[in-house]
Amino acid sequence: MAREIDESQIRQAAQLARLELNEQEIALFSRQLSAIVQSIEKLNELDTKNVEPLIHFLPVYNVFREDQVRPSLTNEQALANAPDHADGYFKVPKILEENSSA
Amino acid sequence: MEKKEYKIVVGLEIHVHLAARTKLFCGCELAYGQPPNTRVCPGCLGMPGVLPMMNKTAIEYAILTALALHCKIPPFTKWDRKSYFYPDLPRNYQVSQFEPPVGMEGFIEIPSNDGGTKKVRIRRVHLEEDAGKNVHTLGNFSGVDFNRAGAPLLEIVTEPDMNSPADVRALALELQRIVRYLGVSEGDMQKGHMRFEPNINLHIERGGQVFKTPISEVKNLNSFRSLERSVSYEAARQYEEFLETGKTQQVGNKRTFGWDDVREATVLQREKEEAHDYRYFPDPDLAPVKVSEQWLQQIRRRLCELPLAMQNRFVSQYGLSAYDAGVLTGDRTTAEFFDRAVKLGADPKRVCNLLTQVGLKIANEAAVRIDELKITPENLAQLARMADAGTISATAANTLFEYLARHGGDPDSAAREQNLIQSSDSGEIEALVDTVIAEQPQAVQDVVQGTKKAGKAQGFLTGQVIQKSGGQANPKIVAQILSKKLAALKEGG
Ligand SMILES: [Zn+2]
Repeated sequence: MAREIDESQIRQAAQLARLELNEQEIALFSRQLSAIVQSIEKLNELDTKNVEPLIHFLPVYNVFREDQVRPSLTNEQALANAPDHADGYFKVPKILEENSSA
Repeated sequence: MEKKEYKIVVGLEIHVHLAARTKLFCGCELAYGQPPNTRVCPGCLGMPGVLPMMNKTAIEYAILTALALHCKIPPFTKWDRKSYFYPDLPRNYQVSQFEPPVGMEGFIEIPSNDGGTKKVRIRRVHLEEDAGKNVHTLGNFSGVDFNRAGAPLLEIVTEPDMNSPADVRALALELQRIVRYLGVSEGDMQKGHMRFEPNINLHIERGGQVFKTPISEVKNLNSFRSLERSVSYEAARQYEEFLETGKTQQVGNKRTFGWDDVREATVLQREKEEAHDYRYFPDPDLAPVKVSEQWLQQIRRRLCELPLAMQNRFVSQYGLSAYDAGVLTGDRTTAEFFDRAVKLGADPKRVCNLLTQVGLKIANEAAVRIDELKITPENLAQLARMADAGTISATAANTLFEYLARHGGDPDSAAREQNLIQSSDSGEIEALVDTVIAEQPQAVQDVVQGTKKAGKAQGFLTGQVIQKSGGQANPKIVAQILSKKLAALKEGG
């Protein structure tokens, strides 16, 4: 059962990922992603009824750090790789809607 | 228009900043009001090739809070990535906990307006990282400060069990007291330690049928006042809208609003992305967490009596007014200081008055906690007992509290040093009363003849006696002796 990733799904994903794609790219990604999904569909042939979901590659748990302060970067270091900055801030295109993500 | 034909239904999402020293997944210091991008490292800046390191204190604080909210603690929890595209999240995802959270299916008790308590169910409690902060001071650009990015944030989600703006406010205040009592957050509103997002709708009854209005979520409220007002505003707005359009709740018609503090109105924002658009998936860089029974026991030992329980006990066991009990349980230190003094045998009302009228004032002025003053609960208990026994006057007790708060020491010696021990020696007082009676014939006359001025005159005479004693005569005994003598004069005609 081939599951097509059609162009409208590509458009939606692109919008969510804030990517600007042209028509050719949309067609290309639709083809490529459909092929990828199809090959992954193959895995669905396996019976996983009795298999625990894999949460992590390694059987490790509770890897903690004590709550102790470690040195941070200086403001200059922090901004060194930024395409643009001003007044100590990372400078980005104007954010229109003030909407914190958290 | 019929009044109150609707019921307000509110659920709340609360974000609480945990008072850890460092961020959730790196060792950057959590500091308020620092220059931008000075508490950042490759980890919280989202540089490639950096592994997150989980802060043990943060997860323990999260579990402790979940326990205080009577939640079930799943024995296993993990970290999920939540996709998000805002410049204040440098990795384009937020590390959060989807399923299972740290705690679930709990409840919180809040004071209800009838003087009792009301239970609000808690759906879930989980830990996540905060985003950075955007500023709009750069003209045509925005600036991003990542000092706050990665700060440990506790998200608490209630069931829609609140039915008035007052309920919502009560829950927010109660939660603030709880996290402060537990010491897991400073709960400082000025510093943005608590943010609220109410989900509001109305259940409107019409001809035996219930109509539910579409849910509004109001984002990012950071004061109790705006929280309460936004709920009132939305309730009224939704009611108007229902009368106009008759629109009811449907899948997908939930809307997101902001709050305009100046206009005191909600403002429609973009439609919320559907949950599956967050595309949660387990974070491969972070090991899952197993919560053993033994670890849970260790954390459980850090629980304390909850503020509302303590407040209610101060009313039922000690006979305080709800108001006084509320003031004393405003912070844990004061509540425990009070409780300790009362358990040492002092009168609750007396201790309460000393603490609320003098203690809290001095502590506030010095910006310290009550237990940082030099007076101990033992001193306070003794001071209260001295006032009850009449060894010192109520005024002297206040003066002594202030003295002991600043200098420490034993109340009895302090009272002696400052000549604040009241005289209850009736012989001594009798002599003073006789002198005053001899010196003030007019006032005595007024009392004896029962003129209009009799009451005032007797008060004047009492005052004269106390003044002659240098303020040290016990007013009760003065009044007794004076009354007896004046009555004798009256009979003698
Ligand atoms: Zn960092």
